[in-house]
Amino acid sequence: MSDALLSVQNLRIEFPTRRGTLVAVDDVSFSISPGEVLGVVGESGAGKSLTGNAIIGLLEPPGRVAGGAITLEGRRIDNLSYDRMRRIRGREIGAIFQDPLTSLNPLYTVGRQLVETILTHTDMTPTQARDRSIELLQEVGIPAAERRIDSYPHQFSGGMRQRVVIALALCANPRLIIADEPTTALDVSIQAQILALLRRLCRDHGTAVMLITHDMGVIAETANRVAVMYAGRLVEIGAVRSVIKQPKHPYTVGLMGAIPAIGSDVDRLSQIEGSMPRLTAIPPGCAFNPRCPHAFERCRSERPDLIASDESGVACWLFDEDASDVPMEVAGHA
Amino acid sequence: MPDAAAPAPSANGEVPLVEVVDLAKHFDVSKPFLNRLLEAEQRQVLRAVDGVSFTIPRGKTFSLVGESGCGKSTVARCVVGLYRPTQGAVLFDGTDIAGLRTRAQIRPFRKRLQMIFQDPYASLNPRWRVSNIISEPIRAHGLASSQQEVQSRIDDLLTHVRLTPADGEKYPHEFSGGQRQRISIARALASNPEFLVCDEPTSALDVSVQAQILNLMKDLQRELGLTYLFISHNLAVVYHVSDWVGVMYLGRLVEWGEKRRLFRYPRHPYTRMLLDTIPDLDMSGRDRQPVAGEVPNPINPPSGCAFHPRCPHANARCTEELPRALPVEGGGQVACHAVEEGRLAVEDRGTITPPPIEDALRAGA
Ligand SMILES: Nc1ncnc2c1ncn2[C@@H]1O[C@H](COP(=O)(O)OP(=O)(O)OP(=O)(O)O)[C@@H](O)[C@H]1O
Ligand SMILES: Nc1ncnc2c1ncn2[C@@H]1O[C@H](COP(=O)(O)OP(=O)(O)OP(=O)(O)O)[C@@H](O)[C@H]1O
Ligand code: SF4
Ligand code: SF4
Ligand SMILES: [Mg+2]
Ligand SMILES: [Mg+2]
Repeated sequence: MSDALLSVQNLRIEFPTRRGTLVAVDDVSFSISPGEVLGVVGESGAGKSLTGNAIIGLLEPPGRVAGGAITLEGRRIDNLSYDRMRRIRGREIGAIFQDPLTSLNPLYTVGRQLVETILTHTDMTPTQARDRSIELLQEVGIPAAERRIDSYPHQFSGGMRQRVVIALALCANPRLIIADEPTTALDVSIQAQILALLRRLCRDHGTAVMLITHDMGVIAETANRVAVMYAGRLVEIGAVRSVIKQPKHPYTVGLMGAIPAIGSDVDRLSQIEGSMPRLTAIPPGCAFNPRCPHAFERCRSERPDLIASDESGVACWLFDEDASDVPMEVAGHA
Repeated sequence: MPDAAAPAPSANGEVPLVEVVDLAKHFDVSKPFLNRLLEAEQRQVLRAVDGVSFTIPRGKTFSLVGESGCGKSTVARCVVGLYRPTQGAVLFDGTDIAGLRTRAQIRPFRKRLQMIFQDPYASLNPRWRVSNIISEPIRAHGLASSQQEVQSRIDDLLTHVRLTPADGEKYPHEFSGGQRQRISIARALASNPEFLVCDEPTSALDVSVQAQILNLMKDLQRELGLTYLFISHNLAVVYHVSDWVGVMYLGRLVEWGEKRRLFRYPRHPYTRMLLDTIPDLDMSGRDRQPVAGEVPNPINPPSGCAFHPRCPHANARCTEELPRALPVEGGGQVACHAVEEGRLAVEDRGTITPPPIEDALRAGA
């Protein structure tokens, strides 16, 4: 897409180890438009956080981007110096991590942290910055913000701290927000408030959001599109409704079936047998083939690429248009 | 479905396996005596659990839900004897196990109830082989007479939780999160318990791994006639596993009842609010009701009904008087003035068909 705000092309992330190079993210491509929320789901260890960290330039060594390109509003950002990247982070990209305590300094008041961040990234005066801070705290739903602004992080509840982290990420009106499990540690009641806030930002300010989460319910009500990762690769991407209602990739199908639903009185949930392979033992061909109920000969030797059109894509041989070797009954099922 | 999980009727089919009566657990969270003296502060008591009563029929699953800090884990810990309750009784098969004092009195009950924790990493000793982890309760309770018998029991248990006997030779770090939770379950089953308390057993796991563990737990319940007390903050998981559900708020059970009844006809305003916050997988376009306010400080809970600062139906009486628990048709209870005064109409949330009242009555309560 030409109007993409963020574009990730063929991203590859490696970890050099004594026993060889581990490929943790392999050939991942996607883009996010202004005002759009892209949900990212997948098995634990699939490479979701690494992908997010690579975009904000916070990949922990020895992990490194070993291939591909990341572009923000048309500019490459994956090859910038640490200092230039730091300025982009905060000003153009805001980051929200799961644990609010790691993002807040316990020794400074919430207000001081907000004001300093605003002063670093904008040309406001200190008074303007303080007013803006109060405004931000109100926006994220902190009651009595003008009084609470001088509190220390430990004087806030977990949910309030997470909202402060969000306020910090919003300080400079970033164009893109990377939110990695932003509501996992929160109660459902507070979770609903925070997701409503993210949606409002997208709608009113055209902010783009990459929302990483395990919670399909969160994706369903927040995301426009969803990307599914498995063993370091993107296996399916598409509009949220079609991925949830008509998943194509056998892993996505298994994932959706495994979610319990209120009102559905099934005795057993459908389950995907086995577990995701370790990075050191990714099978040849399709990485999902040992667990896939539809695997056939080709899956064990040839790796399926994401067959991507503009809006959606799936990396599975069952959906290879010009394949002649897809078993009949399987093709019918798909 | 209720009958599929029912075990063979016991001699006294009427007695529920577990009966929690007016349970309370208060923690002293005061500063040390000298500081208190210097700063002229009062002793501070945190009422983590304050007067909770419910029953669990044999072979059934009772779940506790509620916001973080409402006291779910504290109830669980009192029930298995990890905490001594400040007040109240935990009747297990008719005996008040919370009132037992000597080791000899407690011993026969110890092996009949076991607990599974949230974190499968922290709860397994990393330096022990899996076979030793699992056999520890067998040895502790003298449940096998020979090494050979211990070994065959270990193999049995590993097979039961869908691992293999060969896995017994490995160490916990060689397993994935879901497999480690299976090991915890095998260890909990080692003493042939009748009752398992599961505190967020799948919260640290992936959805796909969660499905494996929930299926395993249901299979084991069917095969062994187990009774569960289950804790989770995920309401869909709770709906899936439970027969009975209890909703806690600030140390109290505000409502409990048969699962389908509770999800379809929630009575208590807090239960309704909790159900409103469920993310909508059906994408019906419904916006979740953002909840007003936060869970209040449990050291200084609001007067009267502790929910009153957040309750849209609160009146003057609610700020002064603690609502008492009223029986609900079909089994269970609800504690709310508005319900008692008939100010709050029953609401039908549709889609879920509760079982006929007779079924629910037979199932317990
Ligand atoms: N320093 C490291 N050395 C080797 N491998 C690493 C290192 N850091 C991460 N990995 C591997 O990279 C993979 C992807 O990790 P990542 O944190 O992106 O997963 P994730 O999809 O975010 O999972 P989760 O849902 O559990 O957060 C994992 O298999 C992990 O083991
Ligand atoms: N040992 C203790 N000493 C003092 N206070 C405690 C202790 N254990 C629990 N509490 C307090 O009791 C209250 C209830 O805690 P509990 O762990 O039972 O909550 P919970 O419902 O399990 O919450 P969560 O969903 O976060 O696990 C909390 O306010 C907690 O801080
Ligand atoms: S490529 Fe083959 S193994 Fe992989 S998901 Fe598709 S059918 Fe299954
Ligand atoms: S007792 Fe009053 S405040 Fe409490 S839930 Fe009922 S109506 Fe609301
Ligand atoms: Mg992650
Ligand atoms: Mg708990």
